[in-house]
Amino acid sequence: MGRKRTPEEYEKTVSYRLRQWLDGSRDPFLGRVEMKPQELFVEPQELRDRREEDLERIHARAYDMHSNTRLQKFHHFYQAFSVLFCLILVLTLLTAVSWLPTVGASERPVNNEVAARYIEKGLQETGSVNIVTGMILDYRAFDTLGESHVLFAATCTVLILLREDKKRGRAREDASDRLYEPKNDLILQTAARMLVPPIIIFGIYVILCGHLGPGGGFSGGAVIGAGLILYLCAFGFAKTERFFTAKTYRVMSFGALACYSLSKCYSFYTGANEIESVIPLGTPGAILSSGLIFVLNICVGVVVAGTMYTFYCMFRKGGY
Amino acid sequence: MAVFEWIRFVIGGVLLLCGLGIFAIEMLGVYRFRYVLNRMHAAAMGDTLGIGFSIVGLIVMNGFHLTSLKLFLVVAFLWFSSPTSSHLIARLEFTTDEAREEHYRQVELTELEKELAQKKEEV
Repeated sequence: MGRKRTPEEYEKTVSYRLRQWLDGSRDPFLGRVEMKPQELFVEPQELRDRREEDLERIHARAYDMHSNTRLQKFHHFYQAFSVLFCLILVLTLLTAVSWLPTVGASERPVNNEVAARYIEKGLQETGSVNIVTGMILDYRAFDTLGESHVLFAATCTVLILLREDKKRGRAREDASDRLYEPKNDLILQTAARMLVPPIIIFGIYVILCGHLGPGGGFSGGAVIGAGLILYLCAFGFAKTERFFTAKTYRVMSFGALACYSLSKCYSFYTGANEIESVIPLGTPGAILSSGLIFVLNICVGVVVAGTMYTFYCMFRKGGY
Repeated sequence: MAVFEWIRFVIGGVLLLCGLGIFAIEMLGVYRFRYVLNRMHAAAMGDTLGIGFSIVGLIVMNGFHLTSLKLFLVVAFLWFSSPTSSHLIARLEFTTDEAREEHYRQVELTELEKELAQKKEEV
């Protein structure tokens, strides 16, 4: 038993401070670390007037219920239909839930033969040593195709939102924070000159060996994208636009996605109709093996690398 | 050979502990220093020396084969990239610093030499 402390003494102990830090009543970094308080946003009167005027105009034109009978009808229909839709949805979901197997039952989908089949026959059927790659690019290739298209759709959205036309872009660039960013930095350029080639070669290695070990299109593509971004940071847009422009991206992603879709269509057709496929599976373990998986990995890698680089360009400048 | 194995284990363990100690010092420095460049100085120590000690310790413990080469490449990569990124952050901090007079003192080399000579004479 320690001796009893007075409250003043207790407030100086480490355990008291630790407790304060844990329940958040005191921030130990406040006042110790250099920080800048955020300024309160004040809207200029002119902007505010314009915003309110616009709002009123929108309300007067688009939401004028009393004189617009079509809108009124639509509104009633919308209310009735939304209730109906929700009811149908609730009923459908409840029915689906009532059909679910009970927890721990032996006939649940978790316990079916699919997982065992992947492990037992995966190598023989897909020709890929890496079971995971065999699964995502052969058994479930349709799903991966969807993922690649999601990436493509995301890039399209970013392009719509952030792409700048030339005139406005120039003015915005001058006003931006990036004015202060180190440009043509000799140290960064030297480091990039040494690091970018190994990074890109490593990315290509990861893509090409996706069916032999851990790796594949997604991770390898991300590595290549990072290498490209480093190159861009070091040497600026003047150098990168010599080999990567909007047209390059269009050709790259369209080519890769089209190649993916066509080859997968072919494999679905031959697989589902028990037709002999002309693409050999090869000997497992060799670099040119596992049939279409090799090609699909490259396609996915190209799409991912292009997407990463495009995202960076769009967020940085609004163009290539 | 058991003795040899034990020696290897001990050396590896000591190197790993050194690395962890440097990481601990790094964390302390990052949270105790107030100014960005001072904190970066502390952080850079862990990124280079700490990771170097830890991974050399792992290589010694694990024995020399292809994995050691890969680990060595990780160290080499970090030794290239971490100082470069620190340099960029420092340069950005220097160009955007609003209270530069508080943080740095600009000195000409000749002035510095004079000051040093004066101090020597005083001693």
